Amino acid sequence: MSTQYIPHTEDDIRQMLETVGLSSLEQLFESIPEAVRLKRPLDVPSPLAETALLREMKRLADTNATAESHVSFLGGGAYNHFIPSVVDHLISRSEFYTAYTPYQPEISQGTLQAIFEFQTMICQLTGMDVANASMYDGASACAEAVLMAVRATRRRRVLVSQALHPDYRETIRTYCRYLNVELVDVPFDATGGTSLEHLRPLLGKDVAAVIAGYPNFFGVIEDLAVLGEEAHAAGARLIAAIQEPLSLGLLKSPGELGADIVIGEGQSFGIPLSFGGPYLGFFACRQQDVRSMPGRLVGETVDLEGRRGYVLTLSTREQHIRREKATSNICSNQGLCALMATVYLALLGKSGVREVAVQNFSKARYAREKIAALPGVSLPFSGQVFNEFVVSVPGKAHSVLEKLEQQGILGGVALAPFYDGMTDRFLVCVTEQNTRDEIDAFVNALAGGL
Amino acid sequence: MEFPEELKYTEEHEWVLVEDTIVTVGITDFAQDSLGDVVFVELPEVGAEVVAGKSFGVVESVKAVSDIYAPVSGEVVEINEELPETPEVINTSPYEDGWMIKIRIADTSDLDDLMDADAYQAFVEEEA
Amino acid sequence: MESLGTNGLVLNEKLLFEHSDPGRKGYSLPPLDVEEAVLPEALMREEIAGLPELSEVDVVRHFTRLSTWNYGVDSGFYPLGSCTMKYNPKVNEVAARLPGFAAVHPHTPENLCQGALELMYHLQAALGEVSGFPAMSLQPSAGAQGEFTGMLVIRAYHDSLGAKRTKVLIPDTAHGTNPASAALCGYDVVPIPSGPDGVLTAEAVAQHMNEDVAALMVTNPNTLGLFESQIADICRVVHDKGGLVYCDGANLNALLGIARPGDMGIDVMHFNLHKTFATPHGGGGPGSGPVGVCEKLAPFLPGPVVKKEKGAYRLETPSGTIGRVKAFFGHFGVMVKAYAYIRTMGPEGLKRAAQMAVLNANYIRARLEGTYHLPYKGRSLHEVVFSDRDLGGDCHTLDLAKRLIDYGYHPPTIYFPLVVKGAIMIEPTETECVEVLDEFCEAMKAIAREAEDDPDRLHQAPTRTRVRRLDETAAARKPRLKWEG
Repeated sequence: MSTQYIPHTEDDIRQMLETVGLSSLEQLFESIPEAVRLKRPLDVPSPLAETALLREMKRLADTNATAESHVSFLGGGAYNHFIPSVVDHLISRSEFYTAYTPYQPEISQGTLQAIFEFQTMICQLTGMDVANASMYDGASACAEAVLMAVRATRRRRVLVSQALHPDYRETIRTYCRYLNVELVDVPFDATGGTSLEHLRPLLGKDVAAVIAGYPNFFGVIEDLAVLGEEAHAAGARLIAAIQEPLSLGLLKSPGELGADIVIGEGQSFGIPLSFGGPYLGFFACRQQDVRSMPGRLVGETVDLEGRRGYVLTLSTREQHIRREKATSNICSNQGLCALMATVYLALLGKSGVREVAVQNFSKARYAREKIAALPGVSLPFSGQVFNEFVVSVPGKAHSVLEKLEQQGILGGVALAPFYDGMTDRFLVCVTEQNTRDEIDAFVNALAGGL
Repeated sequence: MEFPEELKYTEEHEWVLVEDTIVTVGITDFAQDSLGDVVFVELPEVGAEVVAGKSFGVVESVKAVSDIYAPVSGEVVEINEELPETPEVINTSPYEDGWMIKIRIADTSDLDDLMDADAYQAFVEEEA
Repeated sequence: MESLGTNGLVLNEKLLFEHSDPGRKGYSLPPLDVEEAVLPEALMREEIAGLPELSEVDVVRHFTRLSTWNYGVDSGFYPLGSCTMKYNPKVNEVAARLPGFAAVHPHTPENLCQGALELMYHLQAALGEVSGFPAMSLQPSAGAQGEFTGMLVIRAYHDSLGAKRTKVLIPDTAHGTNPASAALCGYDVVPIPSGPDGVLTAEAVAQHMNEDVAALMVTNPNTLGLFESQIADICRVVHDKGGLVYCDGANLNALLGIARPGDMGIDVMHFNLHKTFATPHGGGGPGSGPVGVCEKLAPFLPGPVVKKEKGAYRLETPSGTIGRVKAFFGHFGVMVKAYAYIRTMGPEGLKRAAQMAVLNANYIRARLEGTYHLPYKGRSLHEVVFSDRDLGGDCHTLDLAKRLIDYGYHPPTIYFPLVVKGAIMIEPTETECVEVLDEFCEAMKAIAREAEDDPDRLHQAPTRTRVRRLDETAAARKPRLKWEG
């Protein structure tokens, strides 16, 4: 029974068994005791031919709402941005996507040079000295940043802004569960930013790091410079978490503002929404901390004949060498997603990243002002935002959102599941993909649904 | 492979030069050879207290990493400031330019546990 | 025999930044249709220094040239042991790119993403059936995170019983991620030696097993490609003292339809969808590392998991959850590909994959035994581990690996597992035909002869690649981790 993926004919099998010195396929498994063998066929559905498979996959896909079937204002850590056709085209070169980790550098220079370019561009965007080859996603990169700050400072208390993305906060908690790290919540104030008034008394000689979003979960642009000054005065690191990296096209880089570790979610850089993953964690820090950094690093070197080339380097930090003393247990990176981001950033370049950022910022401003003018609607936070903002409505946010849904509009992310007492609030995101007409229709529908 | 007579040795492959109450510590020719090209060294600060048998630093090659253990307890009085910039001297000159730290010994009985050159050579041959 | 490897015209290509020409761009955006808003000066950055400016053609040529410097499964045979480099079906790529999957936002209300949830539900069920575990979390991003998740679940379970256990037993054949994951859960690692035949004995486990031990971590089949034949007894020994057994599922591909870890007494296992279920490795990721657990551990899984109720699918967070290990639900795009693979293969196809993977490994073993030293003689499953002991001319595993590149092959995994000095770990997978295996074996034999007759060919290899051996020492001594102009 040869299939399209398994080439063996009955003749092949007979001949191969003969070479091996066995008479049946069953004998291949004789080291597995009878008692633990499966004595029935697997109970999974019968095989599908390609046409039938695609029909079934389309059936499943077609029931899902997307920015094509609906007008979408969903953000909250994943963003509907324009992806140039070139991105998917290039990452579909199978020399890229069917390769493994570049353990043999002589036949992996494509992957290695691309990662080196990725590391460089992350440094340029964040204003940091070094960036790694990528992590699983923004949330897990954030948790790894906390662990790194704890290692680097040998302190065990970490102050986490409550305005940081809730999934990031939860992931930090999970990673630190058994590591004797104390996580302390820092409330936000009326601006929607981290409350300095609450932060100051918490800072002391036992604090390893302060973490805040930039922009944070409410879309608010935190005052990183001040957070940095406060953290540094106590000898703590400032970790900036970037959930919407296109904001870096417009905002001062976290490096410039004094962040010590910058991590984030790179999905906005040409990576499809794909129901939450795979995405792209990025991780950057200062030179002094490079040896405490988790994840893979690519470095430049030369070959025997002096030609420039790239290799995985400083790998003694990693699990396969240092085992239980490794900086992290992370093994893979998000190679292909990092490649998507590299292609995207190469296409947009210096002017494009700025232009997309300006479009996001301007359209969000336009929508925000129109929505704020609706009677009964208010904006609970006063802080400057990038492309997301929180709206408060009379009554329940989720019933307002349901009414919008019936008109084909995904109006935002309800905040009640994430924050106590926010049943009246939802988070609206506006990107370059939303036209002025869509925004106007959204505002009208919202006015009618209150 | 060299095993200088004037030195004492540990089972973790550190060498020790005893001069009065000050001991100089490095890693042996055998240790540098097994590690391969050394690319990074992490040493304690002057003034730090080290404890016999406990790790005081790290030495790394491209593919391996090894803790360096203090042969005696005491205070670090000097470190080889050149090493972090030129870790390759650990390969080229393990017993001289590649020295790591000097410790003011707290208890000279720590020295009793160390091997002499012959004993260490036998130990290495057995391990290999 | 003419070598598969040959010289070809390979184009040089600079770094993106060295191509940049001010004023070029590689994108188009519709004009801004609202008034341009201005950010306060204090918040606004200068231009992003260094980001390149390139045309679309520049970018396309750049990455196309880079791609030709890579070797993938689609280029040729890739017998990288433990990594399961099987062929990645193209229809799965098409499926994952359907807009109804690729463009779904993770905050979409449940009633508007039923298809995505249904797919996850069916994948949970299929993975459960294949492995024998009743409960499943699809959230972990890759094997190492799955392993960390599994160990967190074990710790949470013991904590829920008020038990203070501090140690985890790990055999010397384990993946490096195992001790690192155990350490992240606050456990001390106790290494235990495998027996002389490479298999762990219940006796060795019993010697180390006591009430301080939270878990044993095993890989089955192990990293020598051998089935841990005492696994049922080993599980009993661990369970008798109140411990749990974790299985690294990296090698599950050898067991599909043959045996199920859940039936062996194992309590927790992670999957590598990118190994067992044919999703591409992407040059180092994304992977996907779902975790299956026995009934009593289900309440501790990361949330959310997908449940079905009155014909509708919904997300639910288990009652005693350890919490999430990443944002959202996991690598959904990878799940689509794995699910498409399972649906294409069906029950017989999955079993056939395991059988042919094992047949291929044994065939290579039979053809190369005698030329290469085989340190462990037990029945091989999906991979076989040789050593460089008998290689002549002062040649080592690394030289063999580099010479294989000149012959047109991706080298096997080298110097792993650590219990074999100079290990050469070969995993052919089921998607390779006998002719490819024959040619590979001929190349391996030719290299063994070269090592005797002309060892310099190995020491100098590779010579046909775009770059020769690279100076890793220089890279590590003075790290250059980004372009600085």
